[in-house]
Amino acid sequence: MATPVFVYIDHYNGQAVGAAWEIVGAAHKAAEALGAGVTAVVIGQGVSALAEEAIQHGADEAFIVDDPQLKDYRPESFATALTKVLKDAGAQVVFLPTTARTRELAAMTAVDLETGVVPDLVGFEVKDGKVVGTRPIYAGKLMEKVVVAAGGPQIFLIRSRVFPKPEVQSGRKGAVTKVEAAVGAAKTEVLGYKATEAGVSLTDAAVIVSGGRGVSVNPKLTPPADLTDDHQKEVWRAQQGFALIRELATVLNAAVGASRAAVDAGYIPYANQVGQTGKVVSPDVYVAAGVSGAIQHLAGMRTSKTIVAINKDPEAPIFKVARFGIVGDLFEVLPALTRELKAKLGR
Amino acid sequence: MNFELEPEHRMVQQMVRDFAQREVAPHIREWDRRQGMDPGILRRMGELGILGVCIPTRWGGQGMDYLALGLACEELEAVDTSLRVVMSVHLGLNSLGLLQWATEEQLQAFLHPQARGEKLAGFCLTEPGAGSDVASLTASARRDGEDYVLNGEKMWISLASRADHFLWFARTNPRASDPHDGLSAFLLEADRPGVTRGDIHGKLGIRAGSTGWVNCQDVHVPARLRIGEEGEGFKIAMACLDGGRYTVAAGATGLIRACLEASLRYAQQRQAFGRPIAGFQLVQRKIAGMVQSYETARLLYLRAGWMKNQGRRNTRETSLAKWFATEASFQAASEAIQIHGAYGYSDEYDVERYLRNARGAMLYEGTSEIHELIQAGYALGLRKDAALRRELPGYLPGEASTTGEIDRRSGPM
Amino acid sequence: MNIVVCVKQTPDTAATVTVENGKVSWGDAPLVINPWDEFAVEQALRTKEAHGGKVIALSVGPEAAREALKHALAMGCEEAILVSDPGLLAGDSLVISKALAAAIEKIGGVDLAFFGRQAVDSDTGVTPAQVARRLGWPALTLVAAVSAVDPAGKTISVDRALDEGRQQVKSPLPAVVSVTKEICEPRYPSFMGIRKASKATIPVWSAADIGLGAIPSAALSWPEVFAPPKIETKVEMIKGDSADALAANLAARLIEEKVL
Repeated sequence: MATPVFVYIDHYNGQAVGAAWEIVGAAHKAAEALGAGVTAVVIGQGVSALAEEAIQHGADEAFIVDDPQLKDYRPESFATALTKVLKDAGAQVVFLPTTARTRELAAMTAVDLETGVVPDLVGFEVKDGKVVGTRPIYAGKLMEKVVVAAGGPQIFLIRSRVFPKPEVQSGRKGAVTKVEAAVGAAKTEVLGYKATEAGVSLTDAAVIVSGGRGVSVNPKLTPPADLTDDHQKEVWRAQQGFALIRELATVLNAAVGASRAAVDAGYIPYANQVGQTGKVVSPDVYVAAGVSGAIQHLAGMRTSKTIVAINKDPEAPIFKVARFGIVGDLFEVLPALTRELKAKLGR
Repeated sequence: MNFELEPEHRMVQQMVRDFAQREVAPHIREWDRRQGMDPGILRRMGELGILGVCIPTRWGGQGMDYLALGLACEELEAVDTSLRVVMSVHLGLNSLGLLQWATEEQLQAFLHPQARGEKLAGFCLTEPGAGSDVASLTASARRDGEDYVLNGEKMWISLASRADHFLWFARTNPRASDPHDGLSAFLLEADRPGVTRGDIHGKLGIRAGSTGWVNCQDVHVPARLRIGEEGEGFKIAMACLDGGRYTVAAGATGLIRACLEASLRYAQQRQAFGRPIAGFQLVQRKIAGMVQSYETARLLYLRAGWMKNQGRRNTRETSLAKWFATEASFQAASEAIQIHGAYGYSDEYDVERYLRNARGAMLYEGTSEIHELIQAGYALGLRKDAALRRELPGYLPGEASTTGEIDRRSGPM
Repeated sequence: MNIVVCVKQTPDTAATVTVENGKVSWGDAPLVINPWDEFAVEQALRTKEAHGGKVIALSVGPEAAREALKHALAMGCEEAILVSDPGLLAGDSLVISKALAAAIEKIGGVDLAFFGRQAVDSDTGVTPAQVARRLGWPALTLVAAVSAVDPAGKTISVDRALDEGRQQVKSPLPAVVSVTKEICEPRYPSFMGIRKASKATIPVWSAADIGLGAIPSAALSWPEVFAPPKIETKVEMIKGDSADALAANLAARLIEEKVL
């Protein structure tokens, strides 16, 4: 039996990270091609439960390094522990999820083992007994294939949402082996944590929800009596529309964008404008609500991976570039979508 | 002969470009619409040393050469003409005029804070009734003991309401046989009693820029603030224009480049008849014209800048550069609008602003017609450059020193 | 304080990158200082200005990498050093981190080594942690704010931007710090800095100069570079007879296709 594929289970506050089990699945795929099994590695304090969970998600066995000195994550000590596990086991293939922690952890382990580390995989294949990873470069404008050509362990970090999460097999059991590693006292001290501030920048956002001219079109809404000017009423309606956009954006951790038409009409500031004369964005997901899809707007978001369009007009040009489309009233569809996704994504 | 820019010039160009693109470009449409730039931008230009880029460090400047001045102006006007106009009056006309003609005391009191961006400077030559015919200006300066008393009104003055210092030209000798010899130049602080000023709105272009009028009513100015000798005013004004016109030429070059870049972007993306319009020959002809204009204008102003570095008289070369670049920039902007079609007619795109801005440069710092006469004059031998009593210092980099002091070849004192 | 800031030269992010003859090509686009490294240089300069000392800009790269170092000098770094050797050109992070660590040791007495969080060409972001590991220094990656530096007590306190939120960490010096964009706004090069930088002679160290007698070979190889496949979109119109139905169906499809 070939050396198992090792999979590192990254965790925070006693919980495995969202992508952890996806990587177990990915490791399984690689293991099958190599004729090997899957061994999970968990490092920390009181991590047996996580080891069990890993086995329930498809790992055949687990190695744990369980030590009070590893209660708080630190790259230096965790790397020492991981290096020991991998070295003792003669590991040849190691998968980790891609997180802030694992990037530095794997980097250090790679130095210890004088081998290669490849982060941000969006896919891989097994060729001639080696894993060949595919990853984006130049901010995703190009892709590269990478192989750890030298003889050492092949360490790969895989991006989330690339591989499916395996089903839980609650009865599944496997050996959990404790490994001793002399990690020493941590040199650095964690003083505390702060939750992240709100406000995702348009150009950095992975998800953007945008509103266009259509967000002001809702005859059913009655503006407050003190607004007499037609334009003021229109702006008020648009603001209600943008409130719905913001709610969806909050659920999706998204930035809020707008078309030039919306900005020009005074619904939202220029800073939110997406388009040729606004910001050029390239998110994973672009939800366009009430956006017709004029070429100037498309020029600013055409390279979005997936475009979702919601518009009353079935002939709107946006549907030509969208992957998913809904012909409907955004004032009804957006709140419904927000409710659905909040529930389905557990936000 | 070397046509490559030195690394330091490339770095200057990149730095000014980054500043203008990051801090001005995102807001310029709004500032142009409301006819006013954020005053903070002038402060920033001062802080970053741009307002004194080619003034020697000894006088509070950044010690770069005249090519750096031109390159900075090209980058500023590529974003908006109003930025370059500040350089033209503050640095090209006023500060370089002082560098050429002022005494040590005057340089210390006026040029030093100007170069450091602590004071803004303007240039008061043009009057409601005197534009091209400078010698006919009517502002007067009557000697009264240790003072001169200034009276008169100047118009179309950039930074009129913002400047702290003005170079003010007035008639000291109404009885001179040749009116050209009756003018003198003065350093005028804007807060002297009797000085009033105001803004002019409603310009076709450069709407983000400050333009206005300045009026003197019995303003007393000490005689020590007269620049040069009595009667040298016309010569001083003309010499200052060599500096101002250079910045206009460089700036217009940047405007041509902005038109070209906007046209390339638009033509490669806009589709008609099933393909990008960049593939149509008539569109390509317009683009080729802009390339020709840009490269020509650039070489002309760089040559003028090089001559300034050499300490050589460059009135002819600078006039040629200004005349060519400004006419070409108007043409380029018009063609850029044509390429943009209806979108070019809307202020959603920048090209209509380029056209409105470009038109002004054909009128100031010598109308195009004045420059035609200058060029023909030189060619026909009707016009010859006489030596001036004072020359603008050239630029010779000294040994690299830790303080960054640069040697200057100084003109006769 | 003796501060080192590591910079890399990369193509301008506005460049159109394509694959030509199996290699990445950026056409005429200029090579510039890696944008993330500008933030690192700025933070290094601010640290020096607050606590005294000097900043040395360091790069491992080809001769052309001088330009990136000149930018760092023009921003205000006191010195710049280029480590350039044909044997290092094809290096992966394993090789580059070894060279950087060796150079930092040769410089000697360094208190802090700043990095940008990643390079905009390779986007791997592993080099800072690897340099730290080789030096035996703590690695503080993804630093969004430096809250305190105590040169005498030899400590630094930072806020790191992790996925879950900001982590506050205190570390002894010397340490490696990699920074994010939140940390500061990089200054423009000053004109005086531009003059000094253009006149500066930047020493070039070979692999032998930094004690790498035998240059390690890269562990990685890159069999292929390609442009991502163009996805031909044919819109899938979601069906449903009410807003709730439409929303439910869309949500299901989005999750099914792993869009969200």
